Amino acid sequence: MALYSEKVMEHFRNPRNVGVIEDANGIGEVGNAKCGDIMKMYLKIEDDIIQDVKFETFGCGSAIASSSMATEMIKGKPVAEAEKLTNQAVAEALDGLPAYKMHCSVLAEEAIHAALEDWRSRGKTE
Amino acid sequence: MIYADNAATTKMSQAALDTMVSVIQENYGNPSSLYSIGQQARETLEEARAAVAEVIGAQPREILFTSGGSEADNQAIRSAAEIGQKAGKKHIVSSAFEHHAVLHTLEKLKKEGFEVTLLDVHENGIVRPEEVEAAIREDTCLVTIMYANNEIGTIQPIREIGDICRKHGVLFHTDAVQAVGHIPINVAEDRIDLLSASAHKFHGPKGVGFLYARKGIRLTNLIEGGAQESGKRAGTENVPGIAAMAAALKEAAGQIEQNAAKTVQKRDRLIRGLSAIPHSALNGDAARRLPGNVNFCFEGIEGESLLLLLDDKGIEASSGSACTSGSLDPSHVLLAIGRVHDVAHGSLRLSIEGNLTDEEIDYMIRSVTEVVEYLRSFSPIWRDLESGKKPHIL
Repeated sequence: MALYSEKVMEHFRNPRNVGVIEDANGIGEVGNAKCGDIMKMYLKIEDDIIQDVKFETFGCGSAIASSSMATEMIKGKPVAEAEKLTNQAVAEALDGLPAYKMHCSVLAEEAIHAALEDWRSRGKTE
Repeated sequence: MIYADNAATTKMSQAALDTMVSVIQENYGNPSSLYSIGQQARETLEEARAAVAEVIGAQPREILFTSGGSEADNQAIRSAAEIGQKAGKKHIVSSAFEHHAVLHTLEKLKKEGFEVTLLDVHENGIVRPEEVEAAIREDTCLVTIMYANNEIGTIQPIREIGDICRKHGVLFHTDAVQAVGHIPINVAEDRIDLLSASAHKFHGPKGVGFLYARKGIRLTNLIEGGAQESGKRAGTENVPGIAAMAAALKEAAGQIEQNAAKTVQKRDRLIRGLSAIPHSALNGDAARRLPGNVNFCFEGIEGESLLLLLDDKGIEASSGSACTSGSLDPSHVLLAIGRVHDVAHGSLRLSIEGNLTDEEIDYMIRSVTEVVEYLRSFSPIWRDLESGKKPHIL
């Protein structure tokens, strides 16, 4: 049995939405290098719609695949929908993750929520 | 495909395989049986014992066959601890980067009232003999230091440590799982009292190994139930595995110098090539290391991703990252030589054989360079390092 599902490997080998958005208006970074996973999400939100999303990830195969899948799941979606993204949904979309890798999907959820939080707090100050 | 994980396990040699099959097919008797095929199996077993003993400079009766390196480590340490306890000595000296078969056994002994001193292995991954001597106390019953480290390949000053132990009357055990069959070992010259080895690390089969215990050292059983192995390890002997191990070891020992020289050449070519990757570092002493061991840390990337992408390129290797260990902490070996967590996660071990061509070595260098560069291209840590937000460590 392979370590990961084909879906995980496919996203790991060809990650979607990799990179940086220079004029992002919501950025979230979670995880820490000590534990071996860091995810950074960049959002470009206009009219409460996620127009663009990109990520940078330092981490294992499932961390990279989870980031990639999570960005696909929220791209073009209203903020209200992105807020409801759960780690289970990310893991399911990847046809499952090994139990000890579930925290990678949690990080993806947290990174998106952190970026949305950042966007919201900017709205307050701008 | 380039198999570069020989420290994890090796492919069985043809000689070992042929021996194993022929013993299974034709020599299936129980060595404890008195009829002919039983006695024939007994003979095979004792020939294997003599062959193994000869390779490491021991007497046949000093060799006990086990299920592998871990069992040998457990039994060696348990035995020394029991001998110590009887004499009121409950202190053991070891090092911080031993194999878990040693460290976990020591942890258990601590719960039974033993005190354990784990020596520093310093930046180069080598124990200092003078620190071994300084750690030995009146109540020290055992020093256990590995012959060569399984992750970073550093070879320990075994003879010096052996001399010190002999001088102080302390038993000396060495986990030589990575060394046997790869570098010449002589238990008498090295003043080794107990030594563990595992067949599948030198082209023998899995599930078989041996413990050398110098004559006169009373072993404690881990397995009770029969008179096999002089009563020290119950259970019908794994005759095919043991005979195959002996065949593999004889073959390895017969060409040990040539093989080592050839492998060192390839190793150093690989080390030179990988050193050109910016912000990378070789783990462990560059010279005092196993002929086939290459271990690097690359800043800004994580080891598991590196392994998966190298696998796609047909290169099979291993890493000390947390994700490959199934825990949150990276390898205790890399932490012991002072690599911080961030860097230890980005480690790569390539354990090679001398039969690789220069072209294959160069392909490995190119592949690792490409993959590291690719993973760094979207690593937030690498971005912070390159933009000066965080200082480079390597």
